[in-house]
Amino acid sequence: MLREKYKTEYLETDFLIIGGGAAGCVAAVELHEKNPDAKIIIMEKAYIDRSGCLAAGMNTINAYIPPDETEENFTRYIRADSIGLVREDLILSSAPYINPIVKKLEKWGLPFKKDKNKKYITRGKWHVKINGERLKPILAAQARKTNALILNRTTATNFLTKDGKVIGATGFNVRHGKFFVITSKATLIATGGASGIYSPNNGGLAHHKVWYSPFNTGAGYAMGIRAGAEMTSFEMRFIALRTKDVIAPTGILSLEFNCPLINARGENFLNTKYHHIGGSRASTNFRLYSQILEVKEGRGPVYYETKHLSDKNIRKLKIAYLNAAPHEVLYLSANNFNHKKDAIEICGTEPYITGGHCQAGYWIDKDRSTTLEGLYAAGDVAGGFPHKFASGCMSEGIISANSALKKIKHNKVIKPSHEQVINEQKRVYAPLERMAKIQDGILPNEMERRLQKIMDEYAGGICVFYEMNEERLLIARKELSNLKQQTNYLIANDFHELMLAHEVIDRIDVARVLVEHLIYRKETRWPGYQTRLDYPWRDDYHWLKFVNSRMENGKTNTFTREYKQIVPGDKYISNYAV
Amino acid sequence: MGVIVNLKKCNGCKRMKEPLCIRYCPGNLMAQDQRTGKAYVRNNSDCWDCFVCAKYCPESAISIRIPYKIANYKASLEPKIEQNKIKWTLTNIDGKTENFKTKTIDNI
Repeated sequence: MLREKYKTEYLETDFLIIGGGAAGCVAAVELHEKNPDAKIIIMEKAYIDRSGCLAAGMNTINAYIPPDETEENFTRYIRADSIGLVREDLILSSAPYINPIVKKLEKWGLPFKKDKNKKYITRGKWHVKINGERLKPILAAQARKTNALILNRTTATNFLTKDGKVIGATGFNVRHGKFFVITSKATLIATGGASGIYSPNNGGLAHHKVWYSPFNTGAGYAMGIRAGAEMTSFEMRFIALRTKDVIAPTGILSLEFNCPLINARGENFLNTKYHHIGGSRASTNFRLYSQILEVKEGRGPVYYETKHLSDKNIRKLKIAYLNAAPHEVLYLSANNFNHKKDAIEICGTEPYITGGHCQAGYWIDKDRSTTLEGLYAAGDVAGGFPHKFASGCMSEGIISANSALKKIKHNKVIKPSHEQVINEQKRVYAPLERMAKIQDGILPNEMERRLQKIMDEYAGGICVFYEMNEERLLIARKELSNLKQQTNYLIANDFHELMLAHEVIDRIDVARVLVEHLIYRKETRWPGYQTRLDYPWRDDYHWLKFVNSRMENGKTNTFTREYKQIVPGDKYISNYAV
Repeated sequence: MGVIVNLKKCNGCKRMKEPLCIRYCPGNLMAQDQRTGKAYVRNNSDCWDCFVCAKYCPESAISIRIPYKIANYKASLEPKIEQNKIKWTLTNIDGKTENFKTKTIDNI
């Protein structure tokens, strides 16, 4: 019956890429270069030219290994920033691909800023400056040249599986509602991370003034969780220091314009109180944590000072923001901000789940294969390799495409069972069907607010300075279990709202796994990101390990995986910080 | 607030299959009024203020306004795509304007 109501299209392909972002686009290009005959399908929730994190643009490439640096030092910097716990094998396997893809971006037309000797201009140690307003359209244009079938406005809903193998995925078009059943010889998940799990900085009419894309809703994590993939390090949440209110990036202030971070008394607290852990080059989570403490202890707000900037540099600063976060320029102007007199107030963001800045995601091998056969993961949805940023995501796209290449040669397309397709259709369209039949239930945005409130209060959100303890986390677990049941009452008026309904369903699945990870790690490894009031210290003896999880028979099982040091040297102090 | 469509200027990109703001919005927030053919926003509080719709609008009919909760009325920032660059006009709440150019590339 549903099949008649909502049109269904069956497609077959060699390589299915879910998510047309930095990793997905580059994976398509790589596979096409190596095997021009291979058929590729890209499923993209938005429109590939302006989707995901890069929609507004970028002003730097944040992972680049300068000529005088080594892949080992790149690993050391990331390891120290992640308080000693990273997948060094993943960083080292990606590193050789990072500079070549940056070079390729230039070949594809991305304008780089260069010095007199035509060398890239760096920002800090590992970043290079770009005029990146068009970064995403440039990637999209290359993906288009592969002749991949690009299904824009098509959101993925679940993997198709047979005997534990991923054989494709389902999805629907968020404009006209058509259902897609796509079978593939190899599948890449590259949907990005998740925002909107916790209450955002600004509620109500400004609730989407967030830093991480509010349209990255954790679909890829949720699909993997439901299919029984092993996940890692969800508890290493990413909480960024951003400009207050519009929540725009701050790297440009600290690294490019050397703006000092000061408290309300004008003290440069990082350099005085935190000198022993690197001062202004302390690890990212400690820069956040120190800001939290300043505010908690009555020396807030915290600011980036701009009064030392010349008129020329103030203009340059504005132009850099126009390349990546133009709303910050408008915001400051609307509030009569004067760079010479005022300072830019900063704050912590809502906690995001992302493998690009931190390391929440699929537990993968060096070849980017997940624990589910036939499925690869790349970009923010892949775990274990923090600070990979856009160029690191692209390097994972390259690696996963090369791994998929081998599978495509040998694998055959396997058809899903009729029952699996029918059940998924029922699940997908349920909120629309409920609206048509009962006209009463819960709207997606109502459920989203409820989820965010639970997480904010009981699982370490903004309102509790990101802190947590076991008793509160157990309440979060219980409340989320109840919320999961309530998803049966979701209603949707149209296909756009149906997309929103599935976004909140996915976010709840991500939040439940997150809470299990937060409960399991009984130490505080990353103050700020993961502050356990009941276990306030770092405990290397028991916890210099990855916390992983896997859903089995509807239950999330949590366990640990060993950390392996490959690059010698101190794990916590690095001379190679940003 | 987020996207404001100037209904006097918007012509629904009449020569195109799909208005450009509707094609590009990363949040699927723009839609077309079936009666007038003009663009509207499904839910302005869901807007990310990424400026994509404003950049692509061939009629300069779209402006981005930051929610009043966090920013004063009535500053504006208008992007205009030109060859290999975007020209930005920033107007503060006193009506004082500032112009910027950011480098891009065409014909990708």
